[in-house]
Amino acid sequence: MAPDAKRKSYDGVVACLPVTIPYRRYSTNSAQWWLGRALQELTKRAKLRPVDIDGLSVSSFTVAPDTAVGLTQHFGVSPRWLDHIPFGGASGIVALRRAARAVQAGDADIVACIAGDTNHVDSFRKTLSTFSRFAQDAVYPYGSGGANASFALITKSYMNTYGAKREDFAKICIAQRDNALSIPYAMMKKKLTLDDYMSARPIADPIHLFDCVMPCAGAEGLLVCREATAKSLRLPYVRILSTIERHNAFASDPIQLRGGWAVDISDLWSMADVKPGDVDFLQTYDDYPVIVMMQFEDLGFCAKGEAPDFVRSHTFTNDGSFPHNTSGGQLSVGQAGAGGGLLGLVEAVRQLVAQPFGSRVPDAKTCVVSGFGMINYDRGLSSCAAILARAA
Amino acid sequence: MTEPLIRPKRKNPLQRTRRPLSPQAVRSRTAHGLTAAAAEGRFALQVCEDCKTVIYPPRDCCPSCFSARLPFRDVARGGVLIAETTVQTSTDPYFRERTPWRVGTVKLDVGPVIVAHLHGDAQEGRRVRLDLKLDKSGSAVAMALPEKDTPNMADDPHLREMTCDPKFRRVLITDGRTAVGQALAKAFANAGASIIFVGIADSWKPFSGLEALRRIERVEIVPLDVTDTESVTEQAEQNGARIDIVVNTAEHVRSGGVVDRHGLTVTREEMDVRYLGLARLAQAFGPILRARGADGVNSAAAFVNLLSVHALMNWPIYGSYSAAEAACLSAAQCMRAELRPGGVKVMNVFFGPLETEWFQTVPPPKVAPAALAGAVVRGLQQGLEDVFVGDVAEDIRQRLAVNPKALEREIAS
Repeated sequence: MAPDAKRKSYDGVVACLPVTIPYRRYSTNSAQWWLGRALQELTKRAKLRPVDIDGLSVSSFTVAPDTAVGLTQHFGVSPRWLDHIPFGGASGIVALRRAARAVQAGDADIVACIAGDTNHVDSFRKTLSTFSRFAQDAVYPYGSGGANASFALITKSYMNTYGAKREDFAKICIAQRDNALSIPYAMMKKKLTLDDYMSARPIADPIHLFDCVMPCAGAEGLLVCREATAKSLRLPYVRILSTIERHNAFASDPIQLRGGWAVDISDLWSMADVKPGDVDFLQTYDDYPVIVMMQFEDLGFCAKGEAPDFVRSHTFTNDGSFPHNTSGGQLSVGQAGAGGGLLGLVEAVRQLVAQPFGSRVPDAKTCVVSGFGMINYDRGLSSCAAILARAA
Repeated sequence: MTEPLIRPKRKNPLQRTRRPLSPQAVRSRTAHGLTAAAAEGRFALQVCEDCKTVIYPPRDCCPSCFSARLPFRDVARGGVLIAETTVQTSTDPYFRERTPWRVGTVKLDVGPVIVAHLHGDAQEGRRVRLDLKLDKSGSAVAMALPEKDTPNMADDPHLREMTCDPKFRRVLITDGRTAVGQALAKAFANAGASIIFVGIADSWKPFSGLEALRRIERVEIVPLDVTDTESVTEQAEQNGARIDIVVNTAEHVRSGGVVDRHGLTVTREEMDVRYLGLARLAQAFGPILRARGADGVNSAAAFVNLLSVHALMNWPIYGSYSAAEAACLSAAQCMRAELRPGGVKVMNVFFGPLETEWFQTVPPPKVAPAALAGAVVRGLQQGLEDVFVGDVAEDIRQRLAVNPKALEREIAS
C-alpha cells in the first residue's frame, strides 16, 4: 500500500452557534419535536431562513421509523447535503468532522448539526431491549441491566487491573456536579458530597446511583460553515484543529480497558500541532466515570493505568488544575439520548467563545472534546475526538 | 457453597398465585442455533468453516475472514470468569422481581467472550464451565457453572430457573401399568420429588408391579384413564393445582402398517390412547400448569412426552403406531407454544424399541424401561427440551440430519 496521504487541515471551516433546548426528565413530545426546536433555535438566532440551511446532520435514537430523509419533509427543508448519524455518544464529533469536510469541499455552505431524543415514560426500556442485534441476542436476556450492567463489568475489570477506587470515580462526579450547579437546565442541581456518592444505592456493583446518567429529553445543535459565512452572520466561532474517529478497535481485548482513541492519538495531536499541556479544558464522554478515566489515558493526558493517580493529583472544576466537563456533563445535566453526543461539543464552543451558561474556564484558548458510543455487545465500539481552538 | 433448598411449606390458599413473566425471548434467526443446542444440552457455538474462528455473539459474517459458512459446532466449554456484577436494578419485569441477579464476562478457552448468567458458586477470577440453557422464555442463554460440581449445586436459584428439577416438585405419571411408568415412579422418588401421583385406569384389573409401586415412598395411586375425558378432567380438578410435572406414559404399541392392516379398530384405539389421550391431558392440565409457572420453589415446570423415535421417521413394520406417535409429536410442538407463556417446558423424550412385551420380536439394541426413566429425570434436571434415549434413537437422529431420504428407504427394507 502507498504511504498514508497527509491529512488535509480544516482551515477556513468553523463551528458556531451552540444551542441547547432545555432538558426535561420526561417528555410527551416526539423526537421530531425536540430536533425541530433545535433547528428553529439555530435559524432564529442566526437570522437564517430555512432555505439557507443547505446541509443537515441528524443524530437520534428515537425518530424511528423516520430517517434524516423523512425529517427533511417533516421540517420543510431541502438540503443538498444530508447525514444521519445514529452513533450515540460518538455522533457529535463524527457529525462535526463530516460536516466540516462537506463545507470545505463546497458540497454545502451551512450545515446544521442537530442531535437529541425524547424520553417517554417507557422509552428507555424499549431503547435498551432493541438497541442492537447483539444486545438483543446476547446482553438484554442476561438480567436486563442495560448499559449499567455492561459498564459494571468494565468498571470492575478496570478497578481490578489498575487499582481505581470508588473514591476516585467520586472525585470526577463531584467536580462535574459543582460545574453543573450554575447550569439552569441540569437535571441534577443539588451539590454532591463524597458521602452522598459513597452511600448511594447500588445499581450493578460497583456501579452506584451517581455513576449513572439520568435519561431525559432534550436536544443540542450547532452550525458548521466557512469562516467568512460565520463572520457575515456575526456569529462568534471556533476553529477545528484536528479530529479522529475509530470503530471496533482492539477487538481481541477480552474486556474493554482502552478505547479506539489509543490507536489514533498521535494523529490527533500532530495534526493540531498542540500538546496535552496546551489544553485549557477537556470534555469527555461521561456516561460512566470509568470511561472518563480511560479517556484521560487514551487521549494522552496520562499513561495507561495511571488515571487513578491523575485523578488524585488534579482538580476538575472550572477553576481547577484540569477543568473537565465544564457544564457538568451528562452525569449532572442528563443524557438526552443522542443529544449526549453533542453536549460536550456544544459546551466547548460556548467556553471558547466565552459565552457559557455556567461558570467560565478563565482565558480558555484550546480544548479537546471526546466522544464514545455504542455498547453493541460488551464494550463501546466508537471513539472520536476533536481539538478546537478559540478563533482569535 | 449453594444453600440446600428447603422443602416448601403448604401453600397458603388465600395467597395470590404470581403470574409468570418471561425474560426477553426475541432472538435473531441465527442466534436460535444456540436454542437448538440448549434444547439437547449441547454446548455449541458457530465455528467458521474457512478459518476455524469460534464466534460469539452469533453472526452472519465471520469477523476474521468474512466467510458466510458459520455452522454451530460443539466446542469446549471451559473459560475464566474475568468480571462479575450483581444487577440490582433491571428494566425488565421478569428480572425486576428476581434481583439481585449475577452476570459476568467469561473468556472462553476457545476464543470468544460470553456475557453469562452466573451460578452462585462461579467466582470472579476462577475457571468456569459454560452451559447453554433454555430460560423461562424458551430461548437459549449461557450460564457459567463452577468448574467442578459443588454440593447442592442444582439448588442454585438462578440455575433452577432454567431447569425443571423434580426435587420438591409433584409429578403425575399418567399410566402406572406400563413398565416405563413404574420405572419412572422409582426414578422420581430417588430424585426427591415430593409426591408422585401414578394414574391407574380400571383399578379393579390387576397388573404386575402394583405392589412394588405401592412400596415406593411418596407414591400416591390415583384413578386416571387417558381415554376417558371425564376421568382426566376429574383428576385435574382433584390434583391439578398441586402437579408440577406431567409425564404421559400412556402407550399403545401394535405392529402393522397403514395399507396392510385390516380395518380401523386398532388404529382408532392407537389414536384414542396416544393422540386423543394427549389432547385430553393437555386440555385438562395445560392451563393449570401454565398459570403456575412462577409459583415458588415447586412451580409448574414441565410436560413430558415419551415418543417413539419413529415419530420422526415412519417405521413401516410399526407403521400405524409410528403415525400416532408423529401426531403426538406435532401436538407437542403446539403445546410448547401454548405453555411457553407460563415458562413451562414441553420435553420430548425419543426412544427406540423398548425391552418390553410389545417389542418382543424386535432384535436388540433395545431400551430398558429404567434407562428411559433415568433419561427423563436427567433431562428435567438439565432443563432439556429434546432427549434421545438408546442407540436406535441416536442412530435415527444422526441419519435424519444427514439424509432423511436415505433413512426413509433403508428403514423400510
